[in-house]
Amino acid sequence: MPPVTVAGILTEIGRGDPDESELTRRLAHSCAAALPGSGVGLSLTTPDGPAGVLAATQGVGAAIEELQLTLGVGPCRDAWESGRPVLHADLLATGTARWPAFVSGAAAAGVCAVFAFPVRVGAVRLGVLDVSRTRVGELDTTELATALSYADAAVAVLVHLQAHHTVRGGRPPAVALIEDSAEVHQATGVVSVQAVVTVTQALGLLQARAYSSGRTLREVARDVLRGEMTFTRTDDGIDDR
Amino acid sequence: MSADSGAQDGGAHGTYRGDGDGEETTVGEPQDAARVFVELADALVAPLDVVDFLHLLTDRSGTLLGARAAGLALADQRGSLQLMARTGEADPVAFLEQQLRSGPGHDVFTSGLAVVDVDLATVGERWPDLAGAAQAAGPGRVTAVPLRWRGAVLGSLAVLVPEQVRLSRADVAVGQAMADVATLGLLQARSTQEQAALSEQLQTALQDRIVVEQAKGVVAATTGTPIREAFRRLRRTARRRGVALTVLAADVVDGRLDEDLLDGY
Repeated sequence: MPPVTVAGILTEIGRGDPDESELTRRLAHSCAAALPGSGVGLSLTTPDGPAGVLAATQGVGAAIEELQLTLGVGPCRDAWESGRPVLHADLLATGTARWPAFVSGAAAAGVCAVFAFPVRVGAVRLGVLDVSRTRVGELDTTELATALSYADAAVAVLVHLQAHHTVRGGRPPAVALIEDSAEVHQATGVVSVQAVVTVTQALGLLQARAYSSGRTLREVARDVLRGEMTFTRTDDGIDDR
Repeated sequence: MSADSGAQDGGAHGTYRGDGDGEETTVGEPQDAARVFVELADALVAPLDVVDFLHLLTDRSGTLLGARAAGLALADQRGSLQLMARTGEADPVAFLEQQLRSGPGHDVFTSGLAVVDVDLATVGERWPDLAGAAQAAGPGRVTAVPLRWRGAVLGSLAVLVPEQVRLSRADVAVGQAMADVATLGLLQARSTQEQAALSEQLQTALQDRIVVEQAKGVVAATTGTPIREAFRRLRRTARRRGVALTVLAADVVDGRLDEDLLDGY
């Protein structure tokens, strides 16, 4: 089986211009299909914490998301707070001391392992991708790579959803990769200051500009860094020129 | 390597201490050793259960060396050895345990050197506390080798052979090799259990780098300076404040700009 790539995932889930909820639903299900025996959940986060479940596969995927939302604790929350992957190959053994109520609830649902991956681009914290299993065991190298690729795809999707809101009218653009380049990250910081917004919003603005001008994120970032493009907050919103 | 009464032989694995008499025999056929190593290699590359693996290894060590019993012990990181796996006859059990406290196993642990081919009838002379257990074990000869890793001793492997058997240098080498394989298995198992920690470290480092880039952008835009200057200021302020660069960067991006960053010099 060829290795999963972020570009491949985005192409697969983006076919036919699905709407928001369909995009995230497809992401979760594609991930579950790529990791046999796993349930998957994608939740959104705000600066205050996990804010809701975007998508989850039926069964353990949904059960784990529900549990974490209800209890407010768990691997998902920890992954969001710390910004680090929280990997528990044997939940009962390593998670009980930390989240007794969560582990007990997870066990009742048959879940023996949970792997939570923060969906982030540096300080841009978008959400968490959870992979759950009904058997104890680590993700092997390939599975780990797959899960991380899906977390990257989730970054692209969540930034896309943010960006698309600001693009007025027209056909929704295809979900674009968030290029991991220094320029993109620096420009994100610059725009957050110019437009007086969070870095999360700044990245969304940059991507929206990329979509509306038909250019890549990196090209837009370069313009920003060269001072050829600025984003200013006005009374009506945010202007870019 | 310390001097010792008894036969001195500077083998590859340290001082060869033994009683020096009796004919040497090489136990087992070469192809037996080959078969065992293939079996252990297969076990090593499969998903590894440490307890299972060490038991397998101990058992095969005993078989290869024609032993009555074998015992593998690990350091508990508190100064003692704990028996992890024991195979063979029942009578030598107390001996295999006691020798970890006082006896060949203990000496191997503290010196890092093998203790080879000691007659159980004589152990009381060297290790009085061991005499009772040696008696209960019945006649035999004991050899113990260290589990070693980069200068540290992680444990010991002891084999008890029938009294008429003398392990040759080649046999001792096989025993040491088995101990080395045990060490590898132990460390390998640890590394997969630390997969979570490793992944955490790698992913976090990658993300921390991004936060620093974002912080450069924030500082550059706030101070009206080029990115390179922004980076210089971040590093300088982190040093002045005695905080990690990544911590400062995270604060900056979160909107908590240290006023020192506004400083141009």
